Amino acid sequence: MGEERKGTASTQTVTRGKQPATGAKKERGILIPPAWQTLLLPVLAVFTGLVIGAIVIVITDAAVVATYRNFFRAPGTALAATWHTIATAYGALLYGSLGNPREVYEGMRLYLSTGDNTLFLRAIWPITESLVAATPYIFGGLAVALGFRCGLFNIGAEGQLGIGALAAAWVGYSITNLPALIHLPLALLAGALGGAIWAAIPGYLKAKTGAHEVVNTIMMNWISFRLSDWLLNGPMKAPGYRPITPNIEPTAALPRFFPPPIRFHAGFFLALIVAGIVYWFLFKTTLGFEIRTVGANPDAARYAGMSITRSIMLAMVLSGALAGLAGTSQVLGVDHWVGQGFTAGYGFDSIALALLGKSHPFGVVLASLLFGTLRSGATRMQSLAGIPIDIISIIQGLVIVFIAAPAIIRWLYRIRVERAEEVVLTRGWGK
Amino acid sequence: MPLVLELRGITKAFPGVLANDHIDLTLEEGEIHALLGENGAGKSTLMNILYGLYQPDEGQIFLRPRNRSAIPASAASRDGLVEVKIHSPNDAIAQGIGMVHQHFMLVPPLTVAENVMLGLESTRGGIFLDQRAAAQRIREISQQYGLEVDPDAYVRDLPVGVQQRVEIIKLLYREADILILDEPTAVLTPQEVDRLFSTIKNLVKQGKSIIFITHKLREVMEIADRITVLRNGRVVGTTTPAQTTPAELAAMMVGRQVDLVVHKESLTPGEVVLEVKDLQVLDDRQHLAVNGVSFEVREREILGIAGVQGNGQTELVEALTGLRPVIAGEIRILGTPVTNANPRQILEKGVAHVPEDRQRDGLVLSRPVHDNLVLCTYYLPPFAKGINIQEDTIIATASRLVEEFDVRTPSVFVPASTLSGGNQQKVIVAREFSRPVKLIIAAQPTRGLDVGSIEYIHQRILQKRSEGTAVLLVSPELDEIIALSDRIAVMYRGRIMDIVPAKGVNREYLGLLMAGVEASEAAKVAPPTIGVEEVERVF
Ligand SMILES: Nc1ncnc2c1ncn2[C@@H]1O[C@H](COP(=O)(O)OP(=O)(O)OP(=O)(O)O)[C@@H](O)[C@H]1O
Ligand SMILES: [Mg+2]
Repeated sequence: MGEERKGTASTQTVTRGKQPATGAKKERGILIPPAWQTLLLPVLAVFTGLVIGAIVIVITDAAVVATYRNFFRAPGTALAATWHTIATAYGALLYGSLGNPREVYEGMRLYLSTGDNTLFLRAIWPITESLVAATPYIFGGLAVALGFRCGLFNIGAEGQLGIGALAAAWVGYSITNLPALIHLPLALLAGALGGAIWAAIPGYLKAKTGAHEVVNTIMMNWISFRLSDWLLNGPMKAPGYRPITPNIEPTAALPRFFPPPIRFHAGFFLALIVAGIVYWFLFKTTLGFEIRTVGANPDAARYAGMSITRSIMLAMVLSGALAGLAGTSQVLGVDHWVGQGFTAGYGFDSIALALLGKSHPFGVVLASLLFGTLRSGATRMQSLAGIPIDIISIIQGLVIVFIAAPAIIRWLYRIRVERAEEVVLTRGWGK
Repeated sequence: MPLVLELRGITKAFPGVLANDHIDLTLEEGEIHALLGENGAGKSTLMNILYGLYQPDEGQIFLRPRNRSAIPASAASRDGLVEVKIHSPNDAIAQGIGMVHQHFMLVPPLTVAENVMLGLESTRGGIFLDQRAAAQRIREISQQYGLEVDPDAYVRDLPVGVQQRVEIIKLLYREADILILDEPTAVLTPQEVDRLFSTIKNLVKQGKSIIFITHKLREVMEIADRITVLRNGRVVGTTTPAQTTPAELAAMMVGRQVDLVVHKESLTPGEVVLEVKDLQVLDDRQHLAVNGVSFEVREREILGIAGVQGNGQTELVEALTGLRPVIAGEIRILGTPVTNANPRQILEKGVAHVPEDRQRDGLVLSRPVHDNLVLCTYYLPPFAKGINIQEDTIIATASRLVEEFDVRTPSVFVPASTLSGGNQQKVIVAREFSRPVKLIIAAQPTRGLDVGSIEYIHQRILQKRSEGTAVLLVSPELDEIIALSDRIAVMYRGRIMDIVPAKGVNREYLGLLMAGVEASEAAKVAPPTIGVEEVERVF
């Protein structure tokens, strides 16, 4: 992966022979250095996803399809209708997710001149909603990415996220009369710990017995779903009919920066900080070095004296903690309580985000911002342009397919790759 | 003999390296053409181009068409050859070109027949693979060329020599006329090499043409019809065994005179560093692979372990380095028991280990060269302060090592996988030999290296010995063992048959022990020591 490369500025160049001949002719497509491909491919994947999404929007729109019956008589009408539909849909998506810079400017001016902030708040609302949606994605994506780096496929983010949320909610509502300075960190810690413990079980089984983490994390997911059903209908149930927890104390809530309805909260910044920490941990510490080595080549890790057991346990526990924080940020920042079906697939989306972000913390942040934007824009697209929200799921799905199968994108855009970089199935030396 | 292949002006650049620089090469029908050159000279790259794995930046490939009547009148034909473009291995195979890679490309959990069929599954109407027909064809090929192998065996159970036969059968099954063998002998025992050579001779007798890459000058002299030497991506010259000598070839390869004789100063061994007593170790199949082995290695001493590969050497080394459990017996390093200690505890006792399987154990191929150079020391100062990796120090040290050990790489930032096979080995040696250690355990440290690098690594081993390090050298190359060791232990079926002083040792005696003859019996046939001989490094 490109991030371990230090650009081309090398301190030592021990090149033999001359510099590459200039004017070498290229065959069959463009040859792009692998480092650039890691950046380019996701961008093209997203672009292609949007293009196909547009096609789906058009062919599912009966009115537009009708204009094509008369295509030969009035091609202009058909093309205009097509363009109009796509423009309305994606325009609404854009507006719904990012807002309109002009409105922001106007609102800001009004606020500065009269002190009336209603317009300003209305203008920034879409973009803050996108950031709110991105927050749990960042934590979740980081969780799965950290596992990937150690060669672990943590499908259990969903369950860890739910347990983390419940733990955070419990600390949030059951402890009262604490100053926020203690209560909030305590609740965050509880959330992380809940996820960590949930992940530690399959982690331990993997490290000690080799039991596959995919199977065990899936089972832990089911256990967590039933456990939370029980907790929400019993021990943690708030008074009333609905199976939800009581509201957390205000002292446990992540601070918000604007009056309602803007829900933007400090969890977003926390997520960015945590992404930075994960980056530092993975790439700048000995523990991260071990985790990445175990992930890339466990035999070599063992040879070099690293403890595979320890790395797996550590990666799994940290992954769980991050997943726990994903749920926690949502509870303490947005909902303030936990109800049934709380996890809503966040954990599974996290897998996609880790893939899209190439398991790199900063890649995950970018991917999460993209998904958060699509998600929150989709709501607006539905209300403004009448495009079903599921289109976004289709686009997300396509993006994931393209990321998981980069060959499709390479083929579409004629990007050449050197064959010998492909995996060597077995090694000739020894055994 | 008519030409079957001509490469003209082949040029290929990788970021920072010109791997092939206007290379011309011809191949005749029924010829064994040896390709020689130092590590990173561009041999594998050239062959990968011919096999369609890489596209050349410049240059042309001319081939004899498989179907003569198919030559288009307008084609750029010369000596009956036509220009072809080879875009993929499938193209290459269609043109009758097959390649056995330096690192094999078999799928271990599949059978021989399945591996051979892979990629061109013939089905018997419907979706079911026609395994029976394939197995039948494999048997025919085995017969015709004397390549013995069981089509129904699983590849993972086969020794390397047989796996290689599977690779060759794969090519013949695809009806290749031009066979490229990239360092086929690097992983073979001398017996397996002999078998391979008779196979190769058989193949050329039946009209196949062969390009053969190796670092072993003796093999080149024995089997090649013509020899082409590459250096720095360019052809230095083409010659024949009759017109040249190993020393001349070595000089052509590395561009300077290579000292083919090992000069070893005589030293008095010091304290015992490694002590092994009645060691018993199981192999992966739970059979006793090391069966009551005892020996010791002292300071300033090299103990060589000779023996045909697969007689427990691998398991012995793994047990000594903590990678494999010991079921009975004792290992002491500098007097402290380390039986069943973990690899790190053993490393920290001052043990360096050059592993036998460099790509599996020795390197993390996807990671940059600089990380691989600190794979065992990344957590110690100056490479780490607390848990913080000191990247600048690592890069500076790595750059120094790359220069000191002459690792040919555009920079320390490229992934280890982009290095040529021999340079990957040098990365490991650089890492292991640059630490202050008391004991070096080196399993086949010069496998796949060119003569220049072998010379260099031998000097390093001897230098470590002079500095007081104890060395345990495991190698199937008897020449290497005799040239470097102070004492030689011969291993056979998990036992040490005898340990003899290396000075003036009798090869015949060693050969008998390696074949399983008891020491007392062998001594009756051949005395353990005879006169002193100089051993040349022409492996
Ligand atoms: N995929 C690649 N990307 C970048 N550089 C490469 C790649 N493959 C080979 N090289 C570089 O090209 C040069 C020639 O490599 P090649 O593998 O052809 O050498 P070789 O002659 O086969 O050496 P050896 O005897 O060690 O196997 C080396 O410097 C190597 O680092
Ligand atoms: Mg090579």
